[in-house]
Amino acid sequence: MKKPLHPSQDNPPQSPSALPIKTGAEIIVATLIEQGVDTMFGYPGGVVLPLFDKLYDAPINFIIPRHEQGGCHMADGYARASGKVGVVLTTSGPGACNLVTGIATAMMDSVPLVALTAQVRTDLIGNDAFQEADTTGITRPITKHNMIVKDVKDLQQSIREAFYIASTGRQGPVLIDIPVDIEVAKCQMKPLGEISLAGYRPQEKGHHRQIKMAAEAINKSEKPVLYVGGGVISANASDELRAFAIKANLPVTMTLLGLGSYDQTRAESLDMLGMHGTAYANYAVQECDLMIAIGARFDDRVTGKLKTFAPNAKFIHIDIDPASISKNVNVNIPVVGDAKYILGEMTKEVQHKERKAWFDKIADWKKRFPLRYDAKSPNIKPQYVIEQIYQATKDNAIIVTGVGQHQMWTAQFYKHTRPRHFITSGGLGTMGFGLPAAIGAKIAKPDTTVIDIDGDSSFNMTMNELCTAVQYEVPVKVCIINNGYMGMVRQWQELFYGKRYSKSSLKSPEFAAVAEAFGAVGITVDKKSEVKTAIAKMLGEKMPCVVDFKVEREENVWPMVATGKSLHEMDGLDIFESMA
Amino acid sequence: MKHIISALVQNKPGVLAHVAGMFAARAFNIDSLAVGRTDDPALSRMTIVVVGDDKVVEQVRKQLEKIIDVVKVQDFSIKDVVAHDLMLMCVHAPPDKRHEIIALVEMFKAKVVDIGQKFAMVELADTEEKLEAFIDACKPYGIKNMVRTGTVAMARFNLPNAAESQ
Ligand SMILES: Cc1ncc(C[n+]2csc(CCOP(=O)(O)OP(=O)(O)O)c2C)c(N)n1
Ligand SMILES: [Mg+2]
Repeated sequence: MKKPLHPSQDNPPQSPSALPIKTGAEIIVATLIEQGVDTMFGYPGGVVLPLFDKLYDAPINFIIPRHEQGGCHMADGYARASGKVGVVLTTSGPGACNLVTGIATAMMDSVPLVALTAQVRTDLIGNDAFQEADTTGITRPITKHNMIVKDVKDLQQSIREAFYIASTGRQGPVLIDIPVDIEVAKCQMKPLGEISLAGYRPQEKGHHRQIKMAAEAINKSEKPVLYVGGGVISANASDELRAFAIKANLPVTMTLLGLGSYDQTRAESLDMLGMHGTAYANYAVQECDLMIAIGARFDDRVTGKLKTFAPNAKFIHIDIDPASISKNVNVNIPVVGDAKYILGEMTKEVQHKERKAWFDKIADWKKRFPLRYDAKSPNIKPQYVIEQIYQATKDNAIIVTGVGQHQMWTAQFYKHTRPRHFITSGGLGTMGFGLPAAIGAKIAKPDTTVIDIDGDSSFNMTMNELCTAVQYEVPVKVCIINNGYMGMVRQWQELFYGKRYSKSSLKSPEFAAVAEAFGAVGITVDKKSEVKTAIAKMLGEKMPCVVDFKVEREENVWPMVATGKSLHEMDGLDIFESMA
Repeated sequence: MKHIISALVQNKPGVLAHVAGMFAARAFNIDSLAVGRTDDPALSRMTIVVVGDDKVVEQVRKQLEKIIDVVKVQDFSIKDVVAHDLMLMCVHAPPDKRHEIIALVEMFKAKVVDIGQKFAMVELADTEEKLEAFIDACKPYGIKNMVRTGTVAMARFNLPNAAESQ
């Protein structure tokens, strides 16, 4: 697969003889700029100093996090919000090891990232040198690809390949390990050419016969469901999805990572499916006769008990990654390729079909089982806080989360309407992702309000990055849904371990005071009547701002499909009815 | 069902670790794995024997293809290929039994590659079944030591993906 790279305007291709001889460090900086990098995240150390010296006056906005994990999540949030490749740089050994959680997070959610790690001198590799770690060995299973550069002549091409691999096909993190002697060795710059990799040819156009077959199946179906994952957002295919779903008249349900790909305020949206999905989405899936999966991978949190998942359905699966197809469910009509292209083509082939009985049934489920919580409670219900954040921002904010109950409530009670406006660690479920990812997103989209809706325990993991936000004047907002528990753990202990809350609460500091100490604004809310005004004040702040909402402590996320149960076997619906 | 997966990979450090690590991480069981050079110095050939249903083998193939340094993957059922292992065996062969051992060696088209006072070192390159049969035949004499490579294989000529068309 050959693909021209896109040189930035300052760097037109040059003839080889005219190209200068430069050090590895200079080549790295020049190649990053050539690849369109204007922002990166990183932390210095011994063996990366030659490169940092060249970054001293490079035209790159460089953000130093307080911990490399934070830097990696920032690059990740930057990439998810902008669609560009996020870049993170660290020293060898401890610096590289601190990236592991961040890289694995990006890998599980298919986020395009390039991680540059410095390495000890080539002749010391394997000697247990100071700050040596086998970085490529450690990161091999959590990267889309990684490589160590052992000859400066390969350096420039390796960086170009890294950007190409990270940003094409099923996107993902690529790591390049660069020994310090390569940073100082010299070599002639290479002209920008085509990239051709024998073992990597992502298929972009879907097979036309498959597309036609899929369209025919859709045209015949009486009870179809569209099941959309993060792949549609990666492919920037939301507009095509909308045109397709509207023309073919299909109900749409989304995975956690798919939220934002389809406007949830539209009637045909079934919202999220799966373990904490809506009853109407899960019922529709269990009853559908055709499931059209797009850029989704039938994760166990989505399918529940696999054997009884969508038992009456035929499956169409559209995905850029052939390995995702028929991995968990047996697919009847696979279509491998780019979702944007395939949806465009398929829209031409599908016909409008009324499906009144099916939509009536769905409307009835929606009426009987809407998402509910005890809105009349005098206490601050977490869901209430999230609804109020939604009311105050509508679809004009990028929402980021930590991991836990607050993440699920944010998925459920915030109406996501636009792609790249909901950023969450879905696959790995990384607590501590929220704040740094929000900082990265805000740097990518400085004119958009960015709110991290976080858990108290999640926030504890990476709250040091508040200092980074203050230093670089990145006015992210943090709303802590503070239940004083690792709420999701507590919920499982309540339901499955006889309410023995073993080690699932930790003592947090007064978050507002911590925020002030970091130089941010801190607000504490412990009355329901103060929620709205606090949100308004937060949105008006020009500084990074933390609002600590002391919410009802033992609230649960409903509905819930317990592990091993089928999707239609949801707990909590009776609780809904009692609240009606 | 037994499948032979033949993967052409970049001849680079770390590729074997990547492939082996992927098998472990995805809990795929492999029977054997053999790596060697090809006619192109930039490429190596990995021959992997996997036992599993079609779905498992399909996943193995796709996951292998996903590795950037893996250039090409072919999946063969055992009947579609010539598949041989190489075995070296040290078998007890005192002078009075030597002729019997040599008769066995000839019958199996094996080769005596070294001979000591009490033992003979025998080499046999053939299908797994032949190797197993030879082992059984030698057992009564006493096998001191034995090493085997994994299977290497090449497609038969009359197949669509055959060696000739590559
Ligand atoms: C890094 C990491 N460690 C542990 C877990 C397991 N885990 C999942 S949710 C959760 C509790 C989260 O608590 P909090 O951030 O307060 O959110 P809440 O559920 O209370 O909304 C834990 C410990 C995880 N997902 N990530
Ligand atoms: Mg909590």
